[in-house]
Amino acid sequence: MSDVEALPRSYVTEDGTLSSWLLTTDHKRIALLYFASITAFFFLGGGAAALMRLHLISPGGAIVSHATYNRLFTMHGVVMVWFFLVPAVPVTLGNFFVPLVLGARDLAFPKLNLLSWYLFMAGGLIVLWSLFWGGLDTGWTFYTPLSSNYTGGYVVLAVVGIFLSGFSSIATGVNFIVTIHRLRAPGLTWYRLPVFIWSLYSTSIIYVLGTPVLAITLMLLAFERLFGVGVFDSTLGGDPLLFQHMFWFYSHPAVYIMILPGFGVISEIIPAFSRKKLFGYRFVVWSSVAIAVISFFVWGHHMFVAGQSLYSAIVFSLLSYLVAVPSAIKVFNWLGTLHKGWIRFDAPMLYALGFIGLFTIGGLTGLFVAALAADVHLTQTYFVVAHFHYIMVGGMVTAFFAGLHYWWPKITGRMYPEMWGRMGAAVIFLGFNLTFFPQFLLGYLGMTRRYASYAPEFQVLNVLSSAGSVILAAGYLMPLGYLTWSLFRGERAPDNPWGATGLEWKTRSPPPKENFVTIPIVTDAPYNYPRPAAQHG
Amino acid sequence: MADLAAPAAQAEFQYSSAEHQADTAIAGMWLFLASEMLFFGGLVLVWLLLHRFHPAGFATAAAHANLLIGSINTALLLTASFAYALGVLGARQGRVERIVPACLLTAALGVLFLGLKGLEWKLDLDEGLFPGAGFGLRGPDQGGAELFYSFYWVATVLHGFHMVIGVALVSWIAWRAWRREFSRSYNTPVEVVGLYWSFVDLAWIAMYTLIYVAGRA
Repeated sequence: MSDVEALPRSYVTEDGTLSSWLLTTDHKRIALLYFASITAFFFLGGGAAALMRLHLISPGGAIVSHATYNRLFTMHGVVMVWFFLVPAVPVTLGNFFVPLVLGARDLAFPKLNLLSWYLFMAGGLIVLWSLFWGGLDTGWTFYTPLSSNYTGGYVVLAVVGIFLSGFSSIATGVNFIVTIHRLRAPGLTWYRLPVFIWSLYSTSIIYVLGTPVLAITLMLLAFERLFGVGVFDSTLGGDPLLFQHMFWFYSHPAVYIMILPGFGVISEIIPAFSRKKLFGYRFVVWSSVAIAVISFFVWGHHMFVAGQSLYSAIVFSLLSYLVAVPSAIKVFNWLGTLHKGWIRFDAPMLYALGFIGLFTIGGLTGLFVAALAADVHLTQTYFVVAHFHYIMVGGMVTAFFAGLHYWWPKITGRMYPEMWGRMGAAVIFLGFNLTFFPQFLLGYLGMTRRYASYAPEFQVLNVLSSAGSVILAAGYLMPLGYLTWSLFRGERAPDNPWGATGLEWKTRSPPPKENFVTIPIVTDAPYNYPRPAAQHG
Repeated sequence: MADLAAPAAQAEFQYSSAEHQADTAIAGMWLFLASEMLFFGGLVLVWLLLHRFHPAGFATAAAHANLLIGSINTALLLTASFAYALGVLGARQGRVERIVPACLLTAALGVLFLGLKGLEWKLDLDEGLFPGAGFGLRGPDQGGAELFYSFYWVATVLHGFHMVIGVALVSWIAWRAWRREFSRSYNTPVEVVGLYWSFVDLAWIAMYTLIYVAGRA
């Protein structure tokens, strides 16, 4: 047995009682509370997905009834979207590192931060209750009139849960924006802020301005469900499509809530492991803000075949192309940063490089479905499923793991086992591609989504995809295992294991309760990596 | 001149000074109100769209809305905001003894508003103005009228909920002021609650316009 060095005094060891954790206002501890919660939700949503993939091994469906299948994909969507992807990076890595990167002692409103966790947990438990008690079969999108008039599930309960978790997002968004404005260390001007902060700032704008529209939409839906009449009721002359408009007014920007923090994480890791300044810093910064703004004007591309006018569909199509521009700018800037860098392939970097590839595929296939004519063919097929999973899972979840490995030494004071980290990154990358690439082909060939059975000619590709999901599941269980192991037996981490810039590396690992003994003063731009001595002979 | 009797303002450890913390709290409330704007904004969108589809149904329905109670309630809320503003002014000038009466008047007017709103809801129900099977307004415009009242009930209950929170917050400020917690140098909670109260007032003015005035012609 190796000799494991004990951790010094830190935010973890300050006070060990249960109430000191459950009533903490320390942003670092709240991040850990959130981390435990979203990990549970991730494996729950992932379990539902695994069951579905297993079921789809045979064309008639292998294991569950059609009704159960509908409940599984609803559970997968609701849990993954609102209780993993939307909060994931901001409430864990963001909560932990926004104050540290800013050189602050905490967020602006620590009690509000704790309240947001309780709202999140209350919402999450209510949603789980609705999912397990009555079951929901509406899909995560809750389209009317299925959700308001026809389904037998516990729609109102689920909607109340999502409503509460929405206010947890708003609380986090308000906290981040105000903190970034008001609590920066001396000398930390806007253009000296790392891109991670800019990304979370952009995300928070959507949290604050998009989520309330979802909240009122869900309220109107709950009213209609409870009383049998409402503004989306077409028998009265109401407009069921209005639900879709209002829903996507939030839920499309929500896609950028999910991916923008990932962009931020990757923009930290690529320079750190290329030992170079981030290429085109201001372009990366402003493309985040541009994405947040434009994202509010593209929702109609979810409704090309839903009966909106051709003219608005054309405008939404063009705007959707427009939002691809700032995303592409980021990809080119990351590649520009890699160019002539001194690249190290540690686990965070492997995840980050995987992210760039998978996100690019997801982004480019997004253009296929943003094109009006192509979308008529591709909508409601597995092509769309594959497209957004390349963004959400290949992109966002990979970025989450990249950030988790990058900051793990700082959070826990322990190093993860590097070899296992690299293997995990490779297994996830392989498993992911095997799971989702066949789905592009299936969708192109015409296999529709959300059905429990399919035509026999699609079986080979479905079996490939299901096989991939087993590898992917193993890939996700690996970090769960070795990261947990490292908590107890990992090597003691130095304060700055990667030699990275950024104020979070200037304090101890793990940081003390007050973050910094003395507040640092910032004198230069971010990513100021010294060029290593010439390597070649 | 510093108020020696009042407790000194204590900043939390992430702030450099009490002023720093106070300004930050006010910024936070403004941002939250921006979020609230979009919350109520969704309702305004629904009204605009359905009004355009069903002008006759909305006119029929709006004619049955209780203009008298709606107008009295608007006057009550405007007076309440005025009263609270006197309290904020008193706090800024260091005349902290004005905060308690201002808050009590504000809260009383708020409770009166809620009481009248409750009476109005009862009258509405008696008249059969709840959409659904027992809806009282029959005829060709019934669908549009039911849509109007779907909007009406969601909007007024949502606003009523904000009022309940507002009255609770104002009472809390009164209690803290009574315990002499505020001074000229420390009165941020008074300001922050005032912002919220004014927003709830403004939201009512928007709802008043949509429910009782526009579409009535």
